Amino acid sequence: MLHIHCPHCGEHREEDEFHYKGQAHIARPLDPESCTDEQWGEYLYFRDNPRGLHREVWFHSAGCRKFFNVVRDTQTYEIHESYLIGTQPAGRGTPDGDSTEVQAS
Amino acid sequence: MTQINRLATGGRVNRDRPLSFKWRGKTLTGYEGDTLASALLANGVSVVARSFKYSRPRGIVAAGAEEPNAIMQLGATEATQIPNVRATQQALYDGLVAAPTSGWPSLRFDLMGLVGQVAGKAMPPGFYYKTFMFPQSFWMTYEKFIRRAAGFGRAPRERDPDQYDKVNQHCDVLIVGGGPAGLMAALVAAKSGARVIIADEQEEFGGQLLSSHEFIDGRSASEWVASVVEELVLCEDVQLLSRSTVNGYHDHNFLTIHERLTDHLGSNHGSVRQRLHRVRAKWVVLATGAHERPLVFGNNDLPGCMLCSAVSTYINRYGVIPGQRLVVMTSNDSGYQAAIDWQQAGREVVAVVDTREGAQGDLVNAARARGITIFQGSGVIDVKGKSRVQAVEVAKIDVESHSARQGTQQLVCDTVATSGGWSPVVHLSSHTGRRPVWNPDVLGFVPAPTTEPMLVAGAAKGAKDTSEALQQGREVALSVAADLGLVTAAVSLPSTTSVETSVPMAIFHIPHTKPTSRAPKQFVDFQNDVTAAGIELSCREGFESIEHVKRYTALGFGTDQGKLGNINGLAIAAAAQKKSIPEVGTTMFRPNYTPISFGAMAGRDCGTLFDPERYTAMQPWHVENGAMFEDVGQWKRPWYFPKSGETMAQAVNRECVATRESVGILDASTLGKIDIQGPDAREFLGRVYTNAWAKLAPGRCRYGLMCGEDGMVFDDGVTSCLAENHFVMTTTTGGAARVLEWLEFYHQTEWPELELYMTSVTDQWATMTLSGPNSRDLLAKVTDIDLSPAHFKYMDWHQATVAGVPARVFRISFTGELSFEINVQANYGLHVWQALFDVGADFNLTPYGTETMHVLRAEKGFIIAGQDTDGSITPYDLGMAWAVSSNKPFSFIGKRGMARADCVRDDRKQWVGLKTKDPTVVLPEGAQGVFDPSASIPMPMVGHVTSSYWSENLGRSIAQGYVKGGLSRMGESVFYPLADGAMIEAEICSPVFIDPEGDRQNV
Repeated sequence: MLHIHCPHCGEHREEDEFHYKGQAHIARPLDPESCTDEQWGEYLYFRDNPRGLHREVWFHSAGCRKFFNVVRDTQTYEIHESYLIGTQPAGRGTPDGDSTEVQAS
Repeated sequence: MTQINRLATGGRVNRDRPLSFKWRGKTLTGYEGDTLASALLANGVSVVARSFKYSRPRGIVAAGAEEPNAIMQLGATEATQIPNVRATQQALYDGLVAAPTSGWPSLRFDLMGLVGQVAGKAMPPGFYYKTFMFPQSFWMTYEKFIRRAAGFGRAPRERDPDQYDKVNQHCDVLIVGGGPAGLMAALVAAKSGARVIIADEQEEFGGQLLSSHEFIDGRSASEWVASVVEELVLCEDVQLLSRSTVNGYHDHNFLTIHERLTDHLGSNHGSVRQRLHRVRAKWVVLATGAHERPLVFGNNDLPGCMLCSAVSTYINRYGVIPGQRLVVMTSNDSGYQAAIDWQQAGREVVAVVDTREGAQGDLVNAARARGITIFQGSGVIDVKGKSRVQAVEVAKIDVESHSARQGTQQLVCDTVATSGGWSPVVHLSSHTGRRPVWNPDVLGFVPAPTTEPMLVAGAAKGAKDTSEALQQGREVALSVAADLGLVTAAVSLPSTTSVETSVPMAIFHIPHTKPTSRAPKQFVDFQNDVTAAGIELSCREGFESIEHVKRYTALGFGTDQGKLGNINGLAIAAAAQKKSIPEVGTTMFRPNYTPISFGAMAGRDCGTLFDPERYTAMQPWHVENGAMFEDVGQWKRPWYFPKSGETMAQAVNRECVATRESVGILDASTLGKIDIQGPDAREFLGRVYTNAWAKLAPGRCRYGLMCGEDGMVFDDGVTSCLAENHFVMTTTTGGAARVLEWLEFYHQTEWPELELYMTSVTDQWATMTLSGPNSRDLLAKVTDIDLSPAHFKYMDWHQATVAGVPARVFRISFTGELSFEINVQANYGLHVWQALFDVGADFNLTPYGTETMHVLRAEKGFIIAGQDTDGSITPYDLGMAWAVSSNKPFSFIGKRGMARADCVRDDRKQWVGLKTKDPTVVLPEGAQGVFDPSASIPMPMVGHVTSSYWSENLGRSIAQGYVKGGLSRMGESVFYPLADGAMIEAEICSPVFIDPEGDRQNV
């Protein structure tokens, strides 16, 4: 069971209190109508499945009911940091090469 | 039977406290301090089980958790049956009743034995795959037979009378294992002021020290243990848990401890039997020790074949000597200790057979000085005997060529103790996914480095002796204390006598004069009857990965998870593939370390506490009035209210008719209610609903559909405008939590610039719906407001006083009748409900439940999200284009999704009404439709029935469902072929069966 730091509460809490919400930094296109079906499908369905660092959204559902992002290693389950929605990870959270794709969301 | 193998003195048993127990119906005696295993051995019991595949007799091999054979069924009564208890870990208590779990139907004679004989050479590895695969439909039959014969034990058939509980804990350091390393670590950590939990699976702390002759700090090892435990007990922040197995090591230093509080006293003590500790530890110290490895040789499974350390433990700790004449075979010095202990206990040591040449360690010399015969460079290659060791064959062996020289020597004995070295107990360390790494110095796998704050000490790390274990224990505790920022305590290292040892030999499998495939069976995994020949065969058949070998042979699959056999199996697989052991690698261990009872896992979360039940404020009235209940999520909702003697169908028909003829009442409190406030609330509604909200005036209500980004409907409900910036949204009962989370997700992550606030108010309001032509007249009797159609229009809401209580009354309808939904503070709910019934008799006010609600809404053609939708349905598929406002300025959620080419096809499955040709036939929900009833199988299916009921109001059946292109096929027929061969024909029609003009609700 993971021990997750909620940046809103400022505390580590048990995984029981949280819901996982998938990959982070998936911004909703500002003009959905201008998206092709393929682009829309990309936004809706396509997600990374890295072995290693993964930026993901968690929801403190049984706590402060705030969403936040986490950098987690999918191999060791180590959590490197938690950070606010709309911000970027401070440390190792940005895997090489894809930092340009990251949109603040 | 008397205790023929009990020594007159020695051991930690209390000879003044005899305990009687039953083994297979026979009454035997042991002493306080015995385990079931030591008591059985004391009584001269050799055969404790029959093996899994070959039905061979099996005896006690070990003295701890690694025991593969002595797996017992305990329990004097049906309710207190406990399966899969290792006799080596069960303390003896007065009145204990034990039976073997394997060997059904009896130890002497059983079906599997017969099968084995008839089948001749019996079962090679992969036997089940090869034999029981065909015909596949027979697998269930085979499996039943195999499971029964395999002796997995059985669960009690009556309710467990015992209590269990769970506790959540935090600590600075959790120390696993109470041997020398663990105790030393605990002492240093505790003295440094750390909050310590130390857990040990045995009856008392001390580990191997309890069966040792060593001296520590000038005292006997057990005296040292006692003094350390005493010191720890006095420390304020130390929790000592004996009889407590750390069973699981989960992520982020979360560990589970299975504490057995009364298992040593017997069953049903009225207090908590077992407790599951859920511990979050800042640091973990694994001081789990090591398991001795047996050597693999011919007929090494005969009762009387044991581990050297087990022999020493039974003699020194329990005062039990498990035989008369002993032969030891060892590849290292520690095996000699068993011979010395045996001889000291006064019985004959026939010989020590050492696989090495020229070993000169202290123990070797001590044995030699005692006149014990030593064979060097030799091995026991075979054991003779039927149900007990009678003699062994000893031969010179050559490890390089893996061969044994002809010209064997036979030694008469009844016990063979072997030692192939020590395997660190790495199980917990691999629970979080770290594969143990091979350490050539230790000749074993040791825990891998990990990202968790975890350290290893003692034999688990490969420590060779007590002195090294103590030193490592102190070291890890000091580094933990330093990391925690504590002032490290100065605890000196206890003095120990150093023992010179000679180099151990890396040998796992003793060669026979014949090739392995022709030699007598050489067992590797006793629980699953896996032999050396079997592993070699699986390698020959192409199973190279050790994980494949494991699954093909079942190596390590038993309840012991290969604690004894794993390394030997890997070594044999490596040799067969001409690889090194680290190249082959190890299989993984998973929680739990040893089996755990379901009771401990459940704790108090059973019976009514298994899952929370949610009740509405009117629950007492429902119970009093005989409601039948339906589970909707965690809610208990009235399903229908049968009058005496009524069937469900009769009750529902009566409720349906009464509602449409006069007035019915539904407890709708379970609908999700979300209070939404803020200057941007209206804008937000426009983005999350498919329809328009910009012009909804205060005092008005509107139905809305919610879709996902994919354009598929996922919830619906009515949202009312309370004030310009204040709304209350209703959701489906089951969708309430999901919808709120979804709304919060969009608000917080996509549109944080919108100012609004959302609160769940589901539980704060009690909701009751009056429905039917007389609902206005009834409500008028208990309210102060003007209910006239001119003042209180359809889809209006008004603040009112109902039955003296402030209420919000909504004129919305889920039945198609004139309806008023009364919302009051939940605490007033029962009062208002009762007040309505006080005046309701004149109107035949009829309570109805969810079933009638379903029928009435189906008559009116209203959907139920989740029953009539399944995540693949757009509003257009439902024929609800009127609920989609495509000219809203913001691209609402679902708009882009439902514009995909596939979503606008004409021949999508569309939701329509279905009228069976025979009005008395009710279509089964889920039935698949076809256009051509004579099409050959597989028939092209065109959609399924989602809702189907008998409508007493219409005097016929009604149904709704999906039909390809159904909206443009009105009047055509669809056919529903059923599993029983029947074919039901139905006509496609509008889903609205009653009052399509809305005259009944607009009155």
